[in-house]
Amino acid sequence: MTPAPLSPAVPWRPVLARGVLLRRDRVRGADLLLLPERVVVLDGGAGEVLRLCDGVRDVDAVVAELTARHPRAPVAAEVPWFLDRLRKEGWLG
Amino acid sequence: MTAAAPPWALLAELTHACPLRCGYCSNPVELAGRSAELSTGQWSEVFRQAGDLGVVHTHLSGGEPLLRRDLPDLVAAAGGAGLYTQLVTSGVGLGERRLAALTGAGLRSVQLSVQHADPVAAERIAGARSFAAKKRAARLVRAAGLPLGLNVVLHHGNLDALDDLVRLALDWGADRIELANTQYHGWAARNRAALLPTPDQTERARTRVARWRERLGDALELVWVAADLVDTTAKPCMGGWGAVSLTVAPDGTVLPCPAAGALPGLEPPNVKDRELAWIWRESKAFNAFRGEAWMPEPCRGCALRTVDHGGCRCQAHALTGDPARTDPACRHAPDHPLVHALVHGPAAHRPAYAYREGGP
Repeated sequence: MTPAPLSPAVPWRPVLARGVLLRRDRVRGADLLLLPERVVVLDGGAGEVLRLCDGVRDVDAVVAELTARHPRAPVAAEVPWFLDRLRKEGWLG
Repeated sequence: MTAAAPPWALLAELTHACPLRCGYCSNPVELAGRSAELSTGQWSEVFRQAGDLGVVHTHLSGGEPLLRRDLPDLVAAAGGAGLYTQLVTSGVGLGERRLAALTGAGLRSVQLSVQHADPVAAERIAGARSFAAKKRAARLVRAAGLPLGLNVVLHHGNLDALDDLVRLALDWGADRIELANTQYHGWAARNRAALLPTPDQTERARTRVARWRERLGDALELVWVAADLVDTTAKPCMGGWGAVSLTVAPDGTVLPCPAAGALPGLEPPNVKDRELAWIWRESKAFNAFRGEAWMPEPCRGCALRTVDHGGCRCQAHALTGDPARTDPACRHAPDHPLVHALVHGPAAHRPAYAYREGGP
């Protein structure tokens, strides 16, 4: 799992790491991250955030899209922090 | 009857055939023959039903699943049912073209078995030439960019090589190494005297694992599957009976744990006769030890019952003849003296491994 570039000149375009799968679980009514020996049950809007992580959008674009969808939510404050946490877990590259 | 939450994982034992003959093999002494194996279509239907039931992970295992020529079709069928597919393999037969076919079919990750860090010792344990094939398989999996986990079954013959095993995992580029102390089921029970470690050996290895964890941090995930007999603590077997996962054996028999086929009177159901949903929710086999109603004392009144679920039913059966007794591994179990005698008995003669002869 390659760490994302840290240089601010190259914006990070988050995408799920190889071997990590985002899935809607229709039986349990939840979004899941599936990893080799692990299932992460995602809370609330986390699945919606990760569906925008397509390797094309950079973090600003992800934030802009979510802000447009949810103008009253604290997107700009929380989403970059959330994405960074998943990058540290090795789930986003 | 306890209402059952849906299962998360399916262990799909695609075949009992295997090029290795590991002394610690926990598959049954009597293996299912190749002609009894489920067909491609039957397995595809199992995956579909499993996905509908709530399963999200499947471990494609065996035996050696690469001996199924239709393996890419099975990977595709499992993926199509929404399941995350992990291949559990010896690595023997995992060449470049085979791996490309599997990744093309949607395979997500690979778990590779390793017997020892030293090739000669590894092949003595496996009873077959295999070390070079494993090393090559690891390299190919990494080159394909798939997550790689190693699985080492630990016992008297490799616990002292713990450091070398961790170095091998680093050298081979693994993301994870599972260090699983032997469970004495199936064929492994025959080799108990050869495999059972001394308490000192186990304790040294456990200490080394803790050191490596400190040193490596996130660079390599180290999983230590406890040595329940030595620890005098019952393991939370399968996360509880019929609670988290199910096993489908090569002939379609469905079991709450891979070793449960040996239990008397279980009458395990088969996917050829019944839907998985019925099997999971309604069958006698899956409800036999589900929840806490079946528990005897001292489990019934013990605070640990929600943690260890009463331990391992197969071990209770193997050591006492009664699967409903408290797991004798537990220091509170009435039958614990049996385990104490096994572990602390006079240093026994170490017999050579008994190997399986012939295939299924």
